[in-house]
Amino acid sequence: MTANIDLQALQTDLLARVAAASDEASLEALRVEALGKQGSISALMKNLGSMSPDERKTFGAGLNVLKDKVTEAIVTKKAVMAEAALDRQLQSEAVDVTLPPVRPRLGTIHPVSQVMEELAAIFGEMGFSVEEGPDIETDFNNFTALNFPPNHPARETHDTFFLDAKGEDGARKVLRTHTSPVQVRTMLKQKPPIRMICMGRTFRKDSDATHTPMFHQIEGLVIDESTSMADLKSVLIAAIKAYFEVDDVRLRFRPHHFPFTEPSAEVDVGCDRSGGQIKIGAGDDWLEILGSGMVHPNVLRNCGIDPDKYQGYAFGMGIDRLAMLKYGMPDLRDFFAADTRWLKHYGFSPFLLPGLAQGVG
Amino acid sequence: MKFTLSWLKEHLATDASIDAIVETMTMTGLEVEGVENAGEKLKAFTVARIISAAKHPNADKLQVCQVETALGNLEIVCGAPNARAGLVTAFAPIGTTIPGSGITLEARPVRGVVSNGMLCSGAELELDTDADGILELDAALKVGTPLAEALGLNDPVIDIEVTPNRPDWLGVAGIARDLAAAGVGKQTTKPVLPVPGRYPSPQKVATEAPQACPMFVGRLIRGVKNGPSPAWLQQRLRAIGQKPISALVDITNLITHDRARPLHVYDASKLSGVVRARMGREGESFKALNGNVYTVTPAMCVIADDERVLGLGGVIGGEYSGVSETTTDILVECALFDPTLIHQTGRALTLTTDAQYRFARGVDSGFVAPGIELATRLILELCGGEPSEIMIAGEEPAPPKSITFDPDRVRQLAGIDVKAPRVRAVLKDLGFEVSGEGQSSKNFIVQPPSWRRDIEGPADLVEEVARIEGYDKMPVLAPPRAPGFRPPPASVGESRTRLARRAAAALGYNEAITWSFCSRAQALAFGGGAEEMLVANPIASDLDCMRPSALPQLLAAAQRNADRGFDDARLFEAGPAYANTSDGGQQRTLAAVWRARPPRHWRAAPQPDIFDVKRDVLTVLEALGAPVASLQTASDAPAHWRPGRTGALKLGPKVIAYYGEIHPRALKAIGVEAPALAFEIFLDALPAPRAKGRSKPPLEKLDLQPLTRDFAFIVDDGAPAADVVRAAFGADKQLITDVNLFDVYRGERMQPGKKSLAIEVTLQPREKTLTDADIEAVSAKIVSAVMKATGGTLRG
Repeated sequence: MTANIDLQALQTDLLARVAAASDEASLEALRVEALGKQGSISALMKNLGSMSPDERKTFGAGLNVLKDKVTEAIVTKKAVMAEAALDRQLQSEAVDVTLPPVRPRLGTIHPVSQVMEELAAIFGEMGFSVEEGPDIETDFNNFTALNFPPNHPARETHDTFFLDAKGEDGARKVLRTHTSPVQVRTMLKQKPPIRMICMGRTFRKDSDATHTPMFHQIEGLVIDESTSMADLKSVLIAAIKAYFEVDDVRLRFRPHHFPFTEPSAEVDVGCDRSGGQIKIGAGDDWLEILGSGMVHPNVLRNCGIDPDKYQGYAFGMGIDRLAMLKYGMPDLRDFFAADTRWLKHYGFSPFLLPGLAQGVG
Repeated sequence: MKFTLSWLKEHLATDASIDAIVETMTMTGLEVEGVENAGEKLKAFTVARIISAAKHPNADKLQVCQVETALGNLEIVCGAPNARAGLVTAFAPIGTTIPGSGITLEARPVRGVVSNGMLCSGAELELDTDADGILELDAALKVGTPLAEALGLNDPVIDIEVTPNRPDWLGVAGIARDLAAAGVGKQTTKPVLPVPGRYPSPQKVATEAPQACPMFVGRLIRGVKNGPSPAWLQQRLRAIGQKPISALVDITNLITHDRARPLHVYDASKLSGVVRARMGREGESFKALNGNVYTVTPAMCVIADDERVLGLGGVIGGEYSGVSETTTDILVECALFDPTLIHQTGRALTLTTDAQYRFARGVDSGFVAPGIELATRLILELCGGEPSEIMIAGEEPAPPKSITFDPDRVRQLAGIDVKAPRVRAVLKDLGFEVSGEGQSSKNFIVQPPSWRRDIEGPADLVEEVARIEGYDKMPVLAPPRAPGFRPPPASVGESRTRLARRAAAALGYNEAITWSFCSRAQALAFGGGAEEMLVANPIASDLDCMRPSALPQLLAAAQRNADRGFDDARLFEAGPAYANTSDGGQQRTLAAVWRARPPRHWRAAPQPDIFDVKRDVLTVLEALGAPVASLQTASDAPAHWRPGRTGALKLGPKVIAYYGEIHPRALKAIGVEAPALAFEIFLDALPAPRAKGRSKPPLEKLDLQPLTRDFAFIVDDGAPAADVVRAAFGADKQLITDVNLFDVYRGERMQPGKKSLAIEVTLQPREKTLTDADIEAVSAKIVSAVMKATGGTLRG
């Protein structure tokens, strides 16, 4: 009986001390004191041998319960202490998460480049390949082959830049005034059917809010045995709708004169100018956006293509202007000023790839 | 080209509104620049008569007038000194906004007397600058007549841009012809009836330059009386911005704008001998009607008599033989001149006149004699006089060639289905003769009129029919989508540019587009500036040379940004560089500049240097799919790169890119203040992509783990690290898969002139785990290879 009373008191005492242990070291000391080889419980265990079987049975069972309870209390307490220690450690290692990181800058794509890729996607879908030509052109490719006779007043409308260097045709080289010489180059090297666009830099001696001495054009050319002006109209309507991403675009084809096309048409797009901004698709105003027509028989002939067998269309559009209309830049001169504020504001993320699957713009 | 609606109606009977006429002009190819109606802003104003004018009771300078107006008799206060009983003037009712002042009239007492409207001056109506008194109108005008009508201003002025192929549109009659064909009305241009000559002309004319002046028609008119032309003629010319001069001159100006037929009138008393067209001679000059003296050349066609040059044929007349108030006998000239020659003359003298403008585009060769008859008729009508017979020198050029035309070409080319009879009708309305139609409609023979020398073939005729029928009749078809596989639409070069551009932007550079030209000084500082690259007529003196690289423009742009307070520009341009003027002289490049500022960050970050741009250039090249591992790095570069801090990336002899710092001398030459990092990639120098299958070889996944070993070598300070890396790599091509240079040490523990380079070599066992002996063997090979290549020693 005495032993039973002792066990109860011992348990109360040990559990109270486990609960009171303030750190891992005192808990470990307590464990050794109670459960270690020399510990109080171990000592009682050793006493079992000297007891009667009955006594041993009851006292032994009680002692085991005590041992388990104390062991469990210590393990639990240890785990709690380890958790608390980890918490304290993490707490002590906290940083100010509001501090700024060293961040790589993300650059931008120029709107003209973005629009060129949009146009390549749109016309690529309609089966146009992309051709190229140099900026420094011969007089023949830029004018004569395109049915601008030498000394013709039409040449003067182009405000041409000249180089002193002369081409094979004996005339001074020019900075191409339009992308149309690429038509000539393409027809000279490739037989019909031809279905191509060309985009690039063009140059005219002109400067104000809507004219810069350098600008960009897109040129289209289709030559086969039956393509008509109705095909031209249809392709342009589809392309303009795709580019501006609106379905109710109105286009107006207006007769005009270009030396290299016959019949020729200027194309206006329907817009709204109220509120000082041009909105494509709405309103009942018109804005001229491109020149086009059926390739002039003289041009075909100059490029070694039989005009009695082949026919087709050509068109040319200002890319910078298209960019302004879609993305709202007010002044063309800013396009070429490399002002980082402008480039960041109007530029595009390099990860925004134009394509028909994800939307061109 | 300007004309008024009433002038057009002299040639066109129509009830169409001005808007409908303008719309038809636009849709038939006449580009309307603007329509100005001076009468529009005068809508509220009417004619009124002052019944009586009495002094204002409370103001010295004001009068109180009783005025008969469109609204009945009204009391109006007026400050004009010329306000008086009986004066017919302009009246504005209450509520009108006065154009000159912008003030809207209210019925308010003026010094105690309510004014029920306002009587207006020319300045208040913005008609002229006269603010001293109210308008004094014709006393015969009816009270209540709209003021615009009373002033003859109710006539819209139409301003059109005429394309160079249509000189016939430089006369009102020609415009009326197209509008009539387009269904707006009926052309009513009166035929020109010849005026019989009363005597043979004693004044002879000739053309001695049949190329420049194929036809010269003249007529003497005796006993004319020159003076101001009548009001209707003056008003007609003023309305289109022409200044009336005298009846004779005004008549020629009228016909110039009415029929696109310039003429000239000489004072016959000033002429001596034959008046002829001939080429100019060296040393000749004359004083023109505009007061300037022009020196002529043998490339110009002059009109001269036996004594002197009288003028430049088809361009401008001379002062000496010009008509004046006292002129009584005149020679009227109606000639044809070669368009190209007139065009060149105008350019050579930077002189454009109404005559030059028309002759340079081509004047109707069928309207030479009729032109002089029309002029004669008007001169006799307005100035009197007695005409001689007409003299014709040279001859009328042959009409334009006739064209065999299949009317179905309209459908084939323009896509508009127009039946043969309608094709014929349209062409006839436009003045073409159509014959040979008969049973077989495939065989139209079309004779273009003499004023349509732009018509050369069937395509031109298709345009005529299509534009009169209306381009809006072209059907819209389903846009085609080419079937089957198409090769990628972009060229290799274009695709590379796209990839490089997006890679550079992803690395933090902003894409710029700068001029293809720069200053010659900039070009010279960057390896260009050759004579052949100069622009002969630059738009500005600092844009006079094709750029050898985009770098100078980008550096200058970075400086401009810095000057604005943004000194951290990181710019690139994927654009052309021009080495020479040949086709291959234009290179596709990606150039980038970086004005690196010392970074300020709470975590210490190193100052960007050459190795940052080296990282960027290699990243862009890798994005392009370039064989980055095979690139060799050299330290030679053109003179605008800073020696010792520039690298050249090469594939064999081809330079793929330069990177590093720009030479301070080059920066100074282009006015850039701070050092700049840069790189330039030559996209065309990259090897063409191999045309092999799309499938990739299987991935080699080895079970054996790679292991690494470190080595440090002491080499000469100037020895390139790449030599150590390359030698180590080459020591065992099977086993060694990576060599990483991780430490460069110079300092106290090193001999002067020496440095230590430490590398980590990765060994990838392939068949079996490496034994210590294997590792020893490969280590020895590495050490000996590096020592052999660099002359260095293994650091103990």
